[in-house]
Amino acid sequence: MRKRVATPYMIWMLIFIIVPLVMVVYFAFTSSSGGFTFDNIIKVKEYTGQFLQSFKIGAISTVICLILGYPMAAIISRSREHVQRTLVMLCMIPMWMNFLLRTYSWMTLLENNGIINNILEYFHLPRLQMINTEGAIILGMVYNFLPFMIMPIYSVMAKIDYRLIEAAQDLGCNSFAVVRRVILPLSVPGVISGITMVFVPSASTFIISKLLGGGDMMIGDIIEAQIQGGANNLNLGAAISLVLMVVVLITMAIMNIFGDTESEVSLI
Amino acid sequence: MKKILSVVLCVAMVMLTLSMTSCSNNANKVTINVFNWGENISDGQDGSMDVIREFEKQTGIKVVYSTYESNEAMYNKIKAGGVSYDVIIPSDYMIGKMIKEDMLYKLDYNNIPNYSLIDDEFKKAENMPFDPTLEYCVPYTWGRVALVYNTKKITEPVDSWDILWNEKYKNQILMFDNARDAFGIAQLKLGYSLNTEDETELKNAAEELKKQRSVKPVYAMDQIMEKMPSENAYIAPYYLGDCLTMCDDNEDLAMVIPKEGTNYFVDAMCIPATSEHKAEAEAFINFMCGTEAATANIEYIAYSSPQKEAAANHKKYLIEEYGKETAELVYPTDLSNTEMFLTLSPEANQLMTDLWISVRSGS
Amino acid sequence: MKILSKIYTWLIFAFLYAPIVVLIVFSFNNSKSRSVWAGEITFKWYVELFKDREIMDALLNTLLVAVVSAIVATIIGTFAAIGIHSMNKKLRNTWMMVNNIPMVNPEIVTGVSLGLMFTFFIEILKNLGFDASLNMLTLILAHITFNIPYVVLSVYPKLRQMNPYSYEAALDLGCTPIKSIFKVVLPEIMPGVITGLIMAFTLSLDDFVISYFTSGPSAQTLPLVIYAMTKRRISPKVNALSAIMFAVVLILLIIVNLRQSKDNKSNDRKEKSFI
Repeated sequence: MRKRVATPYMIWMLIFIIVPLVMVVYFAFTSSSGGFTFDNIIKVKEYTGQFLQSFKIGAISTVICLILGYPMAAIISRSREHVQRTLVMLCMIPMWMNFLLRTYSWMTLLENNGIINNILEYFHLPRLQMINTEGAIILGMVYNFLPFMIMPIYSVMAKIDYRLIEAAQDLGCNSFAVVRRVILPLSVPGVISGITMVFVPSASTFIISKLLGGGDMMIGDIIEAQIQGGANNLNLGAAISLVLMVVVLITMAIMNIFGDTESEVSLI
Repeated sequence: MKKILSVVLCVAMVMLTLSMTSCSNNANKVTINVFNWGENISDGQDGSMDVIREFEKQTGIKVVYSTYESNEAMYNKIKAGGVSYDVIIPSDYMIGKMIKEDMLYKLDYNNIPNYSLIDDEFKKAENMPFDPTLEYCVPYTWGRVALVYNTKKITEPVDSWDILWNEKYKNQILMFDNARDAFGIAQLKLGYSLNTEDETELKNAAEELKKQRSVKPVYAMDQIMEKMPSENAYIAPYYLGDCLTMCDDNEDLAMVIPKEGTNYFVDAMCIPATSEHKAEAEAFINFMCGTEAATANIEYIAYSSPQKEAAANHKKYLIEEYGKETAELVYPTDLSNTEMFLTLSPEANQLMTDLWISVRSGS
Repeated sequence: MKILSKIYTWLIFAFLYAPIVVLIVFSFNNSKSRSVWAGEITFKWYVELFKDREIMDALLNTLLVAVVSAIVATIIGTFAAIGIHSMNKKLRNTWMMVNNIPMVNPEIVTGVSLGLMFTFFIEILKNLGFDASLNMLTLILAHITFNIPYVVLSVYPKLRQMNPYSYEAALDLGCTPIKSIFKVVLPEIMPGVITGLIMAFTLSLDDFVISYFTSGPSAQTLPLVIYAMTKRRISPKVNALSAIMFAVVLILLIIVNLRQSKDNKSNDRKEKSFI
């Protein structure tokens, strides 16, 4: 009986998750006139460069997020109970504000005649070219997705039994060894889900690169251009989406082999 | 917990009833979807007339207004389906393309009495090559493409499209973010026709645009109107009316029509064949042709008006505000050094789109 | 070490909040410029914001979509979690995998796939003579879809913590299965349900990518309007909007937090980390 209460969910997921994915496959393998074709998939090859570029940016952003986020998660998890709550809240608040607004604010800061350059000029320092560089895109990604890295690592670390650390110290570990042998291995599930939650959106998002990068298109922008923008090729757009999905799912499957991400950690 | 749930549910009920009532209020009112370029209508800012609200007040027809960035984006959105628009304002070559593909309705000019106020020049087939039978559109604006630049930063004389390739201004150049306009500039630079369908010429133009990537241009459309006055770039090509608006916002800006010539365009109002409210759409077009709305619009967007009275008002206003020279720039008597975009064959169009994506994606 | 970690925390927060501070400061700037301070404070952008019909309509749409989709997703997702929990291992894993698809999949792919499906069926309906288009309904359906998995995942752990026999005890004591779900299971998992509801609400409030592909011109939400605005000349109205949004979020969070610290004896870290 209890199983049956999930029926509406099953029907819903079938209609709104499985069927749309089937549609993507259908469009990817048909021409605009409706006949079966491999042309779209073959044409995706032309965008190998953009795929690699997007994954590169995604990977760099993920690594930077990890380097910045891991110590932050550790600091939060070691502070006192009520401080912890406040810190977590402070990490989350920016995420509740529209990401376009925040990205657009970075534009104001980084622009050629933007706030940072004006401050530099005030102190008679040379102006910097910040906007429209790859660095600006990566900054935008790191900024937008850093909380996604901090939160899962924090939630795993907060659960580490403090007695384990004490036991390690009693057995002669110095603080470096405690980090390497106890804390790091125990936080792996959090790190894995953090990586997933930062890498996928930063490699596939559109518009952040458009606002901060100026020139280059990332793979998300190309899909957008094919589906909604000026390029007008629904079928090619579907084909690129399909390839992107397959690549991402394979990457994630490989990631999951390294760490057993049970549903609880992958949540946040 | 129960308290929270009940509060949430109450809010939900209120929201639902709100949306229901707002729907039922509109049930007897027709709603039309108007799809226009960004920054292409007088919207009540700075004390101007809010044209859409005025139309709603006068006719009782509700307008859902949305904007697009380029002809191609608009075409793509309509082609993809799922939404039906009632009034669109594409440019010349796009109108021709949509007529060829049976995507537009023939207009009933009896429903558009204000069409008589449109200048007769725009009712001659030879001036309207995209709609030679004069059945599908009512001109809204016309104009030329110009260069706008910052005189504080660029002291050399500016008179050629070549400057958009000048290494001296690396990182400070803005460029059109749509295929046809960007190719147009490359074609002008190379001395080709704007309407070439020759494969090598198109490929050469694409090569030229790829070469431009070395000066790191930022591809943008209406953002140009923000980036130039705030001095985030030195130079940009854009539509002349918008250039005038930019010069208004920052007095260090100047504009020029380069010596190689430029593109001359006409934007016109059309009704897509998927429209379900043709009569109301025609009422909207008629309203836009009225002297009051046309004058307000043209003073806001600063393009050139094909509406006789609005153009006269606008010219007078330009002479008073800016002097004769600017008025002559906006309403030139001589269009010999310009060329209009014509509708390309589907093959040439596809080639250009593909080449453009490869330019933009840097491959 | 203590000082070092304090400095580090401050640096990270400075990074996270710098753009927000800039947005808010420039909402009071008495000039159209977004980077040059005019030297005077003005409230005119706030006045203009409330006069902007496009933004106000979008605000209403956003709230409507968020409330409706969060509630529907919470109902479907909660029962789904209960159902999945009682399945055998193989079935459970299969459905958990399906549940994970929209979470792992790039958002743009989910958006494109839903958009393609909606347009495909709308065109079929139109050919059959029905009046159909991308509108509020398609938008809400899309939002419910991406919300459900998050609800399932926040309810599911609560079910695993629950005593498996209490449901059976209720049956033995004469409850019908439905009644024992409502009387025994639901109260136990309520914290998870509330967390799921709040998550769904906020996700839907802020969603841009999926909305972008599934909404029509009559169903513009705030993120979509902001996107359209960033493509035109941007007015400092946007700054005023973000300042207000920030204030609302802050107040909401403080209220939730105060309430939580009051009745947070159950000491569940997981739940806190959401809010």
